[in-house]
Amino acid sequence: MTEPTDPPEPTVPAGPAGPVEPAEPAADLMVRAEQVHKSFGRLEVLKGIDLEVRPGEVMCVVGPSGSGKSTFLRCINHLEKIDSGRLWVNGHLVGYRESGGKLYELRDREVAAQRREIGMVFQRFNLFPHMTALENIMEAPIRVKRLPKAGVRDRALALLARVGLDDKAQSYPAQLSGGQQQRVAIARALAMEPALMLFDEPTSALDPELVGDVLEAMKQLALDGMTMIVVTHEMGFAREVGDSLVFMDEGAVVEKGTPREVLADPKHQRTRDFLSKVL
Amino acid sequence: MADLTKPTPEPARPEAIKAVPVRHPGRWAAVAVIAVLTAMFVHMLVTNEKFQWSFLVDNAFRPNIIRGVWTTIALTVLAMVIGVLFGVVLAVMRLSDNPVLSGVAWLYTWFFRAVPRLVLAILFGNMGILYAKYRVGGVPFAGQLGDLMGVDIDGTLFTLDARTLLTGFMAGLLALALSEAAYMAEIVRAGILSVDPGQEEAAGALGMSRFQTMRRIILPQAMRVIVPPTGNETIAMLKDTSLVAYVPVTNELFFQLQAVGTRTFNVFPMLVAACIWYLILTSFLLVGQYFIERHFSRGSAAGQAKGLRAGRRETA
Ligand SMILES: Nc1ncnc2c1ncn2[C@@H]1O[C@H](COP(=O)(O)OP(=O)(O)O)[C@@H](O)[C@H]1O
Ligand SMILES: [Mg+2]
Repeated sequence: MTEPTDPPEPTVPAGPAGPVEPAEPAADLMVRAEQVHKSFGRLEVLKGIDLEVRPGEVMCVVGPSGSGKSTFLRCINHLEKIDSGRLWVNGHLVGYRESGGKLYELRDREVAAQRREIGMVFQRFNLFPHMTALENIMEAPIRVKRLPKAGVRDRALALLARVGLDDKAQSYPAQLSGGQQQRVAIARALAMEPALMLFDEPTSALDPELVGDVLEAMKQLALDGMTMIVVTHEMGFAREVGDSLVFMDEGAVVEKGTPREVLADPKHQRTRDFLSKVL
Repeated sequence: MADLTKPTPEPARPEAIKAVPVRHPGRWAAVAVIAVLTAMFVHMLVTNEKFQWSFLVDNAFRPNIIRGVWTTIALTVLAMVIGVLFGVVLAVMRLSDNPVLSGVAWLYTWFFRAVPRLVLAILFGNMGILYAKYRVGGVPFAGQLGDLMGVDIDGTLFTLDARTLLTGFMAGLLALALSEAAYMAEIVRAGILSVDPGQEEAAGALGMSRFQTMRRIILPQAMRVIVPPTGNETIAMLKDTSLVAYVPVTNELFFQLQAVGTRTFNVFPMLVAACIWYLILTSFLLVGQYFIERHFSRGSAAGQAKGLRAGRRETA
């Protein structure tokens, strides 16, 4: 579906850095992970992830099922707590406050405030089924940011138009195809004006003929300068839109480089094995 | 396979099928039996003078009975409102990570589901024995504090006789509402658990607080599971209000009907009147349940099947 048309120019202009706190480390990076470890009980899922994402970068993450890709994304917006290491988003330490060499857990409210900077798109869309597409998009800006309804509505309609669904504003999720639902989900995340967007296999649950529209919406977003981390098996998208490609296996980053380097000339045997299966 | 059954596109439409329908002799036999039984029953209702229909009609709508109807309705509505609200709180406590909260909720549910409502009603009616007087606004150790400062503080805003505070109505209402909360907690908990965990995650990822997520995302979806059993609970509550006669609350429907019956030595017609009254009230509840269920099927496949777009006004 997503024919890898020859990449025109993979470098996306670096977008303006978000609001930064001068004292914090890694202020010039959108995401910085340092030795991130995460276990579920005895199972160590992330075994020391080191990664950096610049503002405006589109990073694609590939790897076999169970390698910890989803868990890493969920750590970035603190849906999971990390066990050790450090994780910064937009200059803020995720989930903790560091003061006097000590870490303090953030309150629920502070965690929620951090998550507003991060949009997340799920494999199974997770739209709110009791709300129309428009209501799905308007919910968080109205309830969380407490913005006036009229303005939110106009912006929501504009976002729907941007993902090509201006005629579906009043449809409930159950009345939409998977591809349409996923595009509403993207619009819903964008409505909070995040500095960073996380995509967890956004097209894996879709029928093949619906994948293209979603990838197109994501490509537009990338061209607009959004910082994105995309877990995907769509190598065409990675090659065309991605600035960097990360191969994860068994909870570790095995290889990282530009998509062209990694796809054309993988350095590690594990990467080669994996790519030979998906390409 | 599928293609064979589809008529190939041709201009002439084949004539409608005229086939001899399958006979259902069993069905006809059943109808006959039921018809005979119904006729016998109606005949008995009309001819057996023990029913005393005219006495029933004369007495089932007296002012004191109508007051009893209102008391019953008020008890049902109030007990259910308190029961549902408190039940939601208990369900959320029960699902909380905090072991104290969930333990307390479990204990509460255990106690109030174990003790029969009739026993609770009598128990609450006799609460006055425990404390003759309630001190409202009492400050603990007020006396000692007063001694320290050398002044005489009572610390009590006003005192109430327990029997005025816990009037029969209040005692009966509390017994019903607190026991209902225990059942509602289980129903609400099942409803919350029925909602896809991805919903909570999506709301959290948007920066919604736990309270907002519960109130705006989880509970509205849980309602589809919560409403039908709550309808049952309401109907059961309507009937259980007759238990407050043991508190005792005397201006309640069943007590009043029975009183007429005992006073006039015509017990049976008044029992029939009670059946009729409860049938009428329950029928109203069923209509209400239909509309509430329709409202919360919004966005679901069932809702769309009925072509519903309930709750649209919230968009505008
Ligand atoms: N909440 C959880 N509890 C226990 N194990 C989990 C949980 N979430 C993920 N895992 C396990 O962690 C591993 C990595 O999962 P995941 O991050 O979803 O991998 P991927 O997205 O790369 O397929 C898997 O073995 C999975 O079973
Ligand atoms: Mg995954």
